[in-house]
Amino acid sequence: MSATGIGAAVRRKEDYRFITGKGQYTDDISRPGQTHIHFLRSPHAHAKITSIDTASAKTMPGVLAVLTGADLAGDKIGNLICGWMIHSKDGTPMKMAPHPAIAHGKACYAGDPVAVVIAETLGQARDAAEKIEVDYEVLPAVVDPAKTQEAGAPQIHEVAPQNTIFQWHLGEAAAVDAAFASAKHVTKLDIVNNRLVPNAMEPRAAIGEYDSGTQNFTLWNTTQNPHVARLVIAAFVGMAPEHKLRVIAPDVGGGFGSKIFIYPEEVVCLWASKKVGRPVKWVCERAEAFLADAHGRDHVTHAELAFGEGGKMTALRAKTIANLGAYMSTFSSSIPTYLYATLLSGQYDLPAIYCEVDAVYTNTVPVDAYRGAGRPEATFVVERLVEVAARELHMDPVELRRKNFVKSFPHQTPVIMNYDVGDYDASMRKAMEIADVNGFAARRREAEKRGKLRGLGYSTYIEACGIAPSQAVGSLGAGVGLWESAEVRVNPTGSVEVLTGSHSHGQGHETTFAQLVSERLGIPIENVSIVHGDTDKVQFGMGTYGSRSGAVGMSAIVKALEKVEAKAKKVASHLMEAAESDIVFKDGQFTVAGTDKSAAWADVALHAYIAHKFTGAQLEPGLKEGAFYDPTNFTFPAGCHICEVEIDPETGSTTIVGWTAVDDFGTIINPMIVEGQVHGGIAQGVGQALMENAVYDKDGQLMSGSFMDYSMPRAENLPPLKIDTTVTPCPGNPLGIKGCGEAGAIAAPAAVINAITDAIRTENLAMPATAPAVWAAVRAAAPALAAE
Amino acid sequence: MPRVSLTVNGKAVTADVESRTLLVQFLRENLRLTGTHVGCDTSQCGCCVVHVDGRAVKSCTILVQQAEGADVKTIESLAVGDTLHPMQEAFRQNHGLQCGFCTPGMIMTAVDLVARKGHDLDDKTIREELEGNLCRCTGYHNIVKSIAAGAKAMAATTTAQAAE
Ligand code: FES
Ligand code: FES
Repeated sequence: MSATGIGAAVRRKEDYRFITGKGQYTDDISRPGQTHIHFLRSPHAHAKITSIDTASAKTMPGVLAVLTGADLAGDKIGNLICGWMIHSKDGTPMKMAPHPAIAHGKACYAGDPVAVVIAETLGQARDAAEKIEVDYEVLPAVVDPAKTQEAGAPQIHEVAPQNTIFQWHLGEAAAVDAAFASAKHVTKLDIVNNRLVPNAMEPRAAIGEYDSGTQNFTLWNTTQNPHVARLVIAAFVGMAPEHKLRVIAPDVGGGFGSKIFIYPEEVVCLWASKKVGRPVKWVCERAEAFLADAHGRDHVTHAELAFGEGGKMTALRAKTIANLGAYMSTFSSSIPTYLYATLLSGQYDLPAIYCEVDAVYTNTVPVDAYRGAGRPEATFVVERLVEVAARELHMDPVELRRKNFVKSFPHQTPVIMNYDVGDYDASMRKAMEIADVNGFAARRREAEKRGKLRGLGYSTYIEACGIAPSQAVGSLGAGVGLWESAEVRVNPTGSVEVLTGSHSHGQGHETTFAQLVSERLGIPIENVSIVHGDTDKVQFGMGTYGSRSGAVGMSAIVKALEKVEAKAKKVASHLMEAAESDIVFKDGQFTVAGTDKSAAWADVALHAYIAHKFTGAQLEPGLKEGAFYDPTNFTFPAGCHICEVEIDPETGSTTIVGWTAVDDFGTIINPMIVEGQVHGGIAQGVGQALMENAVYDKDGQLMSGSFMDYSMPRAENLPPLKIDTTVTPCPGNPLGIKGCGEAGAIAAPAAVINAITDAIRTENLAMPATAPAVWAAVRAAAPALAAE
Repeated sequence: MPRVSLTVNGKAVTADVESRTLLVQFLRENLRLTGTHVGCDTSQCGCCVVHVDGRAVKSCTILVQQAEGADVKTIESLAVGDTLHPMQEAFRQNHGLQCGFCTPGMIMTAVDLVARKGHDLDDKTIREELEGNLCRCTGYHNIVKSIAAGAKAMAATTTAQAAE
């Protein structure tokens, strides 16, 4: 392993600009002549818009335009779309309601934009917005996914009776019913997977700019996938032809899924920039982000796990209602279906699974992917069922897991996935050792002496990453292919630029991708730069989410590097007057086998461009190759997280006193970055388990609409984390990578809740397990104790 | 429009501002010092921390007029030429940042913390002192590590300077 190659903890190339305050986030960009836009949002969750009077707003100082949904419709700007078609079990397609970028006729959630003001300054835009008079006829609202399908519930969209988007299923109902009929034991759970607000620290932002000379649009945007944004805004919204729209994602301050989607605001900024003839800038405020960013999770599930003799799992069934909010966001339909039910086999050899999912509309902001997207929900179902079953069966949760682990590969689950490789017991053993599980009983006794309750919880999770084979996802309804592209450009002096369709918003691609190039070409890492996030530079790409940039994005780079190397060998053969088949390339040197002739990488690069040693008939000049890589399978990162908690029964407050994670991510490019990803994922999972909750009141007002009432994990809420890995290289891609970005968020919630319920000895506890919730659970479980 | 005069990163600046202008807006928009970030509207996130007369302040919580005559330092002032401040270097060495958005505020908070609590900072103290700063990426583990290392490195730098 070289100091900067694959496997080295190389310090990040991107850090210098961030630690010196020289990052360039969208809000840091100022365009000449730029104007500012303010979105006036519906204060009601569900209301008819009977009239909008903008006359006095238009006369306010600095105002350039006041625009409404009627103007948008008048200009024939298309609706936002959901790009993944799901069919109900009866074969009918999902009921996608129109989603205009500015509400027209009706507002469907508190925060739905109803008008915009564009002014010289943001203050002027805000002041003018106060003068817009909107008449609403307030309608009854529904926010609870468990209630929205009831007869008599308010109907949100005409196209979707009973607010039902689809009723989908996966698996074999008959086989599952048969297994349950003959089960020796059945464990049942009702689970609410709490609704979360992603809250990347950088709020979303957009600048739209129209050049009337060239009729080109440019959008600077906080997006995780600029090319997909361009495609949707061109092909579906119809703003401009694709080749006349450039999307730039500069430095992006975290995404976690929430910046995948195509949102109303960027569409409106582009449209408005043409209307006012100047650049239009929008920067989301945090209160606005709570209202307008797509939320995550929000599932209500009943799940059952059947066992035969001796704790052998025989079948699992689940019925889930998934809240998709007021409109279908870009990928919302795929999250509670193909990214959820397909993972319900967990790490276990489960012969039969059946899952039904109803996706529903409510008067809440749209719900879509948030770190893990469907897989945390699945893991929580499976790992809670297993832990509760172990307690009911009086079995060691470790033994119960071990007995049911998949042990031979490849393994076909009953829910589509074909696990390629893994060693689940190896990760669990290692985690138990690091967490000192043997010493737990003593620690628990010691805690009891202090009047504290101590608990230990496991989560042996699996996820499907590296999304995904295009043909497979196409057959499941995806509107896009999920390959990745790369272009390797070698300069005449031998330095290299790699253009990638992946996008980095904290993951460190500028470093890890350069490590790969440095190792393969034997050149210093300083001589490699990674270019991403601009549709004018990178031809096309699918972006970064679902832990796909390593497994898919880097595989594309490998393919392009192979082509570059092949071409460079041809150049070298002309340069050294040897047969191409005799050229050997190693550590940045070309040699002729069996001779002492050699040429350095930079010499060959130069000769590729000056083209003095070969004719045009023999070889094309230049050294630049591109590749598209389409994966052959998902990848399956898996591992074991162990959480140890201590609870004060007097207050219900939970302290996480220990955390061990042993993950199998396959080949690791940069262990420092991988650890960082695991840390961050765990923090978000702990946040979900203990603190975070997006709460709407019955009228559809968001009660947790700021950092004052939506509790984000802070440094004090987290313990130091013990992170380790086991490695089974992924056979499905050239580097053996599985992906690591979501593991922590997927594993953590079940580990925390399993630990708390172990401590308080009742399963009756919902997320987030806040101090009052734990206190109440303790009291309910032990009324005698409360009476003392 | 009221006129304000203050020192920012060692330079005297004077400007006419709208009276509702926050210090952070003044830094970002008037002076184009965009290293100071805005992550919230309720003074909860600490992305905007700068030093005002040597103390860490959330620049979103004060009007620029309240900084009249003050000496303001932002993240852009920490490195001397190409030489990073020891706390900046510690963040890089310990992978104390991912997306980088919270980072300027974290570093400015950390430098202030060392000034107040010294160079030998334990895990608990650092975590408590970070109560005003949110990070969504790192899970804080490596930020805590960075600050502990940065605090030590600052001691070494101070000693070295004293010895010169
Ligand atoms: S911007 Fe969040 S505290 Fe200042
Ligand atoms: S590094 Fe992204 S918020 Fe802290």
